[in-house]
This record gives sequence, structure tokens and C-alpha cells, in this order.
Amino acid sequence: MLLIEIKPNTCDFCGCCVGVCPEDAIELQEAHIEIIEERCTNCAKCVWVCPFEVFVFHKPARKEQAEA
Amino acid sequence: MYDVIVVGAGPAGSTCARYAAMGGASVLVLEKDRDVGMPVRCGEAVSNRSLEKIVDVDPRWIAATIKRFRLISPAGHVVEPDLGGYGYVLERRIFDYDLARLAVEAGAEIHTKSYVDGLLPEEHGWAGVTLSWKGERREVRGRIIVGADGVESRVGRWAGIDTTTHIRDMETCAQMTLSNVDLADDVCEFYFGNDTAPMGYLWVFPKGNGVANVGVGISGMASKKKAAIRYLQEFVDRRFPGAGVLTTVAGGVPCAVTVDSLVKGNVVLVGDAAHQVNPMSGGGITSGMIGGKMAGESIAKALRANDLSLLEEYPRQWEKEIGAKHRTYHRMKSAVYKFPDETLDDIAVSVLKLKPEKRTIWGVFKTALRHQPSLVWEMVKTFGLG
Ligand SMILES: Cc1cc2nc3c(=O)[nH]c(=O)nc-3n(C[C@H](O)[C@H](O)[C@H](O)COP(=O)(O)OP(=O)(O)OC[C@H]3O[C@@H](n4cnc5c(N)ncnc54)[C@H](O)[C@@H]3O)c2cc1C
Ligand code: SF4
Ligand code: SF4
Repeated sequence: MLLIEIKPNTCDFCGCCVGVCPEDAIELQEAHIEIIEERCTNCAKCVWVCPFEVFVFHKPARKEQAEA
Repeated sequence: MYDVIVVGAGPAGSTCARYAAMGGASVLVLEKDRDVGMPVRCGEAVSNRSLEKIVDVDPRWIAATIKRFRLISPAGHVVEPDLGGYGYVLERRIFDYDLARLAVEAGAEIHTKSYVDGLLPEEHGWAGVTLSWKGERREVRGRIIVGADGVESRVGRWAGIDTTTHIRDMETCAQMTLSNVDLADDVCEFYFGNDTAPMGYLWVFPKGNGVANVGVGISGMASKKKAAIRYLQEFVDRRFPGAGVLTTVAGGVPCAVTVDSLVKGNVVLVGDAAHQVNPMSGGGITSGMIGGKMAGESIAKALRANDLSLLEEYPRQWEKEIGAKHRTYHRMKSAVYKFPDETLDDIAVSVLKLKPEKRTIWGVFKTALRHQPSLVWEMVKTFGLG
């Protein structure tokens, strides 16, 4: 399940997140960004580096993590 | 069918395309954006020497000529080392355009609005690329594919080259173009310190007519806690409260060592896509162009001889002229980024005690070395001062 949310209309399409994504899970066109859910491992690296705080990481609660 | 497909029309891609075309190759440059060189995500500063070495400089590219650097420590000590040369702040809107124009004049074709989204596989390597052009799916065939796709560098990954940048080495940036600011038009300012730019620096570069390029780059490690745009906004509110903000952009600079393989089969990487940025300064315009030129020349040679193994000349030349140096800069950066604010202030105070004629960039370095003796050996190796 994708835990990374892209806040609408905040991305500047700079590519910084794509450069650190270990899974090649980000599709970035001139003015369109998308995370490829099947590839994303929710590692949160894109969240950490984004200069404009575009991503929200919905961290699962401990209990959910244990169940998963 | 083209001899060469270049993905990305930044300085590295355009320079590679130009030299490959000059060497007789048929070249297609594919750029995803509608406009080459836009938006500008860059501090636009280069040294005159490195730029003049790689291209005939057109005065229209120059927004300001820089005579002095001003380094500002966390506590506000100001050091102005003698540059022993000068720098330029470019107008990259014009510069990137012109590099693309020079490639076209040398015979290359360029298609904008072309988003490359994969490589076309064939038995031994890659037959070309797949792309979307205004929503239409297309395939283009080429004998050699150049990944000049910048910090996002996906072409290399598709070919099996590890181009992922570690978050520690990714300098995450926010940059503004400000107008109505009061600045000397020949001084570049660099601000250091944990509150201003942790594991990085903040720059104020003049562009003439009361315009400044102001930005910050911090390591992805620091950006975990607070994003680059916040550091920049705080600084701008403090330092330039009355300024008009003409642009605000994000960016990333891969301040790592060069990727392991610049060439894999018929895929070649240049510029940021190959991590050819100077990892200490984050400057990648001229080093990417040097990479592009070396690659373009060896591509033309390999095509003329119909022998792809000649592509290997490019990585050899890069390693000899720049790659090894960048590895040392990378180690130095890693050491300097561990300096706490007090050390940076101590260095500034020690430099200010030097006689003015000794306050050179080298004087600053030597003083920094006293605070981190293990760096001495690295310096000696790099500059052959032993
Ligand atoms: C904020 C900031 C400040 C900087 N300041 C300086 C500085 O002061 N001095 C300096 O020397 N360097 C600086 N740099 C670094 C410098 O900007 C880069 O090193 C330089 O632009 C690299 O050139 P390039 O041609 O490799 O890549 P780029 O200039 O990034 O060009 C890559 C091109 O590829 C295109 N592309 C990407 N993916 C695809 C795709 N799938 N299909 C088609 N096209 C694609 C992109 O749209 C782009 O046009 C700075 C960088 C940033 C972010
Ligand atoms: S790093 Fe942030 S601003 Fe840049 S492309 Fe990714 S989401 Fe957009
Ligand atoms: S969470 Fe990790 S894998 Fe998913 S898109 Fe972000 S960087 Fe890539």
C-alpha cells in the first residue's frame, strides 16, 4: 500500500526526489509527477529530500506495522 | 535511425550533441520540457577559466563579473579571500539556449516536449528509446544513447548503471531570483552555519540591475528535519525584506563521486546524470560540459571506426582529468560538513589574523586544514603539493 501522498499543486518538478529514489518509482514529466505504486517501497527518501515539502508520509501506527 | 540519441538538452547534453555532430554523427536531442533551459534551477556561477576552456564565451551570457568572494561564518565573521582570477554569474536562460543552438548549427536535431520513458531492448544492448510526445507514443532508434537527463537520471538506471544518489550526497535546493536588492555587483556571498544552511551553504550572487540569484543547498540528511525552502524564506525575510521575488524554484544537486560506469554497452552518461558535479562546490555547469565534450568526441570516433569499444576512451579521460580529483573533493566535503559552527567561526577568525595578502582561497583552506589535519594528505594528493 502506498503510504506516500503527493500534496496537489505543490511540486516544482525539479527531479531531486527522482535522483534519490532507489526503486525508480517516480515518473516526472514537465509538469506532472506520479509515484508508481507497484515499485514504491515507502522508504520515504523522496519525502526527506524534497525542497518544497511536497510529500506527506502516512506512517502506519505501530500496531498496523506489527500486523503487516 | 540516428547515430546518437541524446536525452536531455542541458549544458552537458547540448555539448555532447555538438561534438558528436561535429565529428560527423547524425544526432537527435530529446528534451521533455517545452523550452530548453527553462526554468533555471541554478546559482549560475562559474569560474572564467573553466568556462573559457570549454566554449567561446559570448558576452550576452554574462549577467555579472565577479571579482570577490565573501565567506560569512555562522557568527558573522566575514572573510574575503583573494580569488586569484574571476568568476561569472551567467544568464542561463540565454546560455542553455545558445549551447543548444551551437549543437543544431553543428548538425544535430532537437525535439522538445519529448519525454523519454524507456529504452528499446534488442539482443545486444539497446536499439533506441521510447517516448511520449504531446501524449503520443513514439519510438526512436539510435546506435548510441546518451543519458544527459540531469539529476533525475533514469536512462542510466534503465541500462543497469546505478545512478541513485545517496540522500547524504543530494544537496536539496531552493532558489529565488530577487529584484530591488542593494548589492555590490561584483561580489558573491556564501553563508555557512547550522541555522542558515546545514551541510551546505546559502548563496547570494549578483546579476546586475538590482537583481540577485539567492539560494540554499543543504544535504538530504539535514532536509529530513527542515526543508530547504524554509531556510531560504527565513533568510530572504531577514536580509531582503523589500525585495520582489521574480522566481522561486526547487532543485537537487548530486554532490557524489562520478558513477561507476560512464559507459555500458551503447549507453553513455554525461553531466549530472553521471554525477559529474564538483562535490565540494556543487558546481556542475562546466564539469558537465567537459564530460559532454569528451563523450561527444569519443562517440564520433567510435562511430567512424565502427567500433564501440572506443567509447571507453571517455571514462579513461574523465578519470584522469577530473574523476580522481572529484573523489578527493568528495572526501573533503564529507569532512568539512562535520565541522560544528564553532570550528567554522574559529577558522574565520584565524584567517582574519592572516596578513591581507595571505587571505587567498588557499589561505582559507590551509587554515581549515589545521582544524582537520587528516585533510592535509588529501590536499597534497590532489594538488600535487607534496
Ligand atoms: C539550485 C541549484 C544551484 C546550482 N548552482 C550552480 C552554480 O552556481 N554553478 C554551477 O556550475 N552549477 C550549479 N548547479 C548545478 C548545475 O545546475 C548542474 O550541474 C547542470 O545544470 C547540469 O547540467 P546537465 O546538462 O547535466 O543537466 P540539466 O541542466 O539538469 O539538464 C538535464 C535535462 O534533461 C531533461 N530531461 C530529464 N529527464 C528527461 C527525460 N526523461 N526525457 C527527456 N528529457 C529529460 C531535463 O528537462 C533537463 O532539461 C546548481 C544546481 C541547482 C539545482
Ligand atoms: S523533489 Fe519535490 S518539488 Fe522536486 S520534483 Fe520531487 S516532489 Fe516535486
Ligand atoms: S518512498 Fe522510496 S521507493 Fe517510494 S517513491 Fe519515495 S523514494 Fe521511491
